[in-house]
Amino acid sequence: MTIEGATLGRALGEQQTGRKSLEPRVFWRMGEPIPRRLDGSLRIISVVLPIVLWWLLSSSGLVNPKFLPSPIDVIGAFGRLWEKGLFFDDVRASIFRVGTGFLLAAVLSVPLGIAMGAFAAVRSLLEPIIGIVRYMPAPAFIPLLIIYLGLDEAPKIALIFIGVIFFNTLMIMDAVKFVPKHLLEATYTLGGSRVQTLMQVITPYVVPNILDAFRINMAAAWNLVVVAELIAANEGLGKRIAIAQKFFRTDEIFAYLIILGVIGFLVDLTLRFVLKTTCKWAVD
Amino acid sequence: MHLNVSNLHKQFFGPKETVVALKAVNLHVEQGEFVCVVGASGSGKSTLLRLIAGLEVPTTGQIAVDGEPVTGPGADRGMVFQDYTLYPWMTVQKNVEFGLKLQGTDKQTRKEQASYYLEMVGLAQFAQALPKQLSGGMKQRVAIARALCSRPKILLMDEPFGALDVQTKETMQQFMLDLWQRTGTSILMITHDVREAVFLSQRIYVMTVRPGTVKAEIVVELGKARTVQTRSLPRFQSYQDDVLAQLINTGAESTAS
Repeated sequence: MTIEGATLGRALGEQQTGRKSLEPRVFWRMGEPIPRRLDGSLRIISVVLPIVLWWLLSSSGLVNPKFLPSPIDVIGAFGRLWEKGLFFDDVRASIFRVGTGFLLAAVLSVPLGIAMGAFAAVRSLLEPIIGIVRYMPAPAFIPLLIIYLGLDEAPKIALIFIGVIFFNTLMIMDAVKFVPKHLLEATYTLGGSRVQTLMQVITPYVVPNILDAFRINMAAAWNLVVVAELIAANEGLGKRIAIAQKFFRTDEIFAYLIILGVIGFLVDLTLRFVLKTTCKWAVD
Repeated sequence: MHLNVSNLHKQFFGPKETVVALKAVNLHVEQGEFVCVVGASGSGKSTLLRLIAGLEVPTTGQIAVDGEPVTGPGADRGMVFQDYTLYPWMTVQKNVEFGLKLQGTDKQTRKEQASYYLEMVGLAQFAQALPKQLSGGMKQRVAIARALCSRPKILLMDEPFGALDVQTKETMQQFMLDLWQRTGTSILMITHDVREAVFLSQRIYVMTVRPGTVKAEIVVELGKARTVQTRSLPRFQSYQDDVLAQLINTGAESTAS
């Protein structure tokens, strides 16, 4: 009825004025929020629909279950892995590597990025070399890292460090470039020194951008830990996937993929939560 | 306080051409005066204020506050910008305190001072609000309180009400006038709004366009206590006409050359 009404109204409108006007839309709104309920439903569909399709496909008999295990098989695999007790060790090993590598990169990239953004001199000095090195794919460093650092934890942590630091630095640098010039000048006219301006104005201003950079580059770190573990490791989620492949356990591979996705998503949620609570001024 | 600008020149050296922004500018502001500089856009009036603030370096000429040459920005010359320059992550209270914090004033004094100035600009009840929760006029009042809180010798204002709507603007002008009388601060304000300049100042400098230089100095004798009624006085109108005549004159000259 409402649709009919709308059509009727539109028809009348066109008759009266003879012009074509932009009709209001709910689903296809641009640059505006959609109603809460629609938003929630779409978010649920986003996760449920792929699982349903997967389940339908696997139970249709079109694909060999050896290649595409059903969701039930994967849940079973979860149970088995949990009972074996390997699960926890693998997750812990991977998280430790990502955490350490990422933390080291963050500790260095934050001051480096801020310095490069604030001082054109530092930028001229470092941007060219970082610009080149960041295009060297981090996994290409693995052989070197193994030669230098052996097969233990060090090369894996170093790989994540290399994969994260350059992008992090450049993203933070860009954020600093967008600090309004007048904000710095206002600080100078209040008697602020350069150091004070750097520490008490520029740095707090880019905290939300730093957290955003972390969120984006965390995904890269999470990628690289799997790459490193696929090549050489005793435990870890990537290692476990490599073993599952040897034994053709696609259900276990699926289980590990899901775990990787869920952990990554949780880390992202945590960082978003930190952003929301610590930088109230910057959100919506 | 005595601000003296003598024979000030400022050139910007671009890749293709050199722009003369200011040419032989002379002006002064005495203790407790409210002085406006009026000029069309491109007259270099903002550059002039930035030079006095120490945010730009003059090509030649002198700027001195109490005989001491200006070599860079400092807390003795507070500044209010046209666009909103509050620190978005700080509460209103913290914004106003910030100048004192930079100078190492202790927490208690800082708090008291900031509260005093917030009270003065009528925003005490918004002390814990974030800048984004305030309207444009309120933001500028916080910016003014922040500048005053460091107790500058002179307050420099760069078209501070330029971004406000007409009603808010007039309210702010009255507010500024009252504030000036209560604090006795010396103020140098840049504006392109002739009405605003006449209403606020005791003296007006009119600047010409390209090259920017001071063409005329007009003393506005309308007393200190001015109100809405002041704007409809015949004398107010005639001052406005004087300034406009000077401005339009300069426009004609610059198109002729």
